[in-house]
Amino acid sequence: MRDFTEIWSYLAQTPLLWLTATLAAYALGDAAFHAVGRRPWANPVAIAAGLLAVVLWATATPYDAFFEGAQFVHFLLGPATVALAVPLWQQRATLRRVALPMVAALLAGSATAVLSALALAAALGASPATLAALAPKSATAPVALGIAERLGGSPTLTAVLVILTGITGAVVATPLLNALRLRDWRARGFAVGCAAHGIGTARAFQVHQTAGAFAGIGMALNAVLTALLAPLALGLFR
Amino acid sequence: MVHALTALLLAQLAGEALARAAGLPLPGPVLGLAILIAAFAAFPRLAAAVQPAAQTILAHLSLLFVPAATGVVGHLDRLGAEALPILAAILVSTVLAIAVGALVFAAVARATGNRDA
Repeated sequence: MRDFTEIWSYLAQTPLLWLTATLAAYALGDAAFHAVGRRPWANPVAIAAGLLAVVLWATATPYDAFFEGAQFVHFLLGPATVALAVPLWQQRATLRRVALPMVAALLAGSATAVLSALALAAALGASPATLAALAPKSATAPVALGIAERLGGSPTLTAVLVILTGITGAVVATPLLNALRLRDWRARGFAVGCAAHGIGTARAFQVHQTAGAFAGIGMALNAVLTALLAPLALGLFR
Repeated sequence: MVHALTALLLAQLAGEALARAAGLPLPGPVLGLAILIAAFAAFPRLAAAVQPAAQTILAHLSLLFVPAATGVVGHLDRLGAEALPILAAILVSTVLAIAVGALVFAAVARATGNRDA
């Protein structure tokens, strides 16, 4: 039997180890999410990232070495963004029917998300690098990372902020919209998808089918609008 | 499956090329999304061919964020030092964006006689 450290140092040099760890951590996160009844605060991505962070720290593995393996999963973010064309195309009849309320809510919701976040963070003394990572935080992760890269923000910091935003939106949406006495499921879902992307959309599907469908449309449309809006808005604050 | 993946990658490649060539501020994959929708409009049968692969990828969308989110390990200093502006901005802007978006949607739907079906 060979020495454990010898086997470890061999495995740690191949992409296989950290690719496997990424999938296993996500499987554990997803199992935990289902075990607590799919509560939005028990987000599988946050659990998986937390687990992997602890493993990287315990094994003194640099993030770059981890990413050598994890990049194969990360790469799929691009094709996943392109794939959002399919649900948008399937919903084209709905998009045409409810075009006016959607366009108005998209412009208002998207601008509110970007501008209020940047204004508040800048007023509280956030650094320019943090502002660049914060600007696209309401867009779905693959798009947000692409936007942050173009703005000179850190994609990994953006990923963390995007997930925090999604969890926040998923947790506050139902009590907030009930307090506003809004009963239009289309309005409720669309706004949540715009503000809190895929995590908000998943939450909306738990609450109501119509809300979920409109959240998905809101998420996809906001991804495109944020790509246009975030660079302009960031220019106002730096 | 192979054809569908090829279509997705071709659209992304075209989007990346267009973004670089024209110096557009949009990420390449977002342009790829627009290019694929245009392709669906031109060739309606393409949508059905791409659908299974697209749905498979989108069903596991959360998994794809894990590598980038694990990058939190490189930002613990910043997240600690700027915790207040970051958390305040995320909480307040998300609450405001949901409220404004939903209220505007409902108001415009009412004004244009567009009812919840």
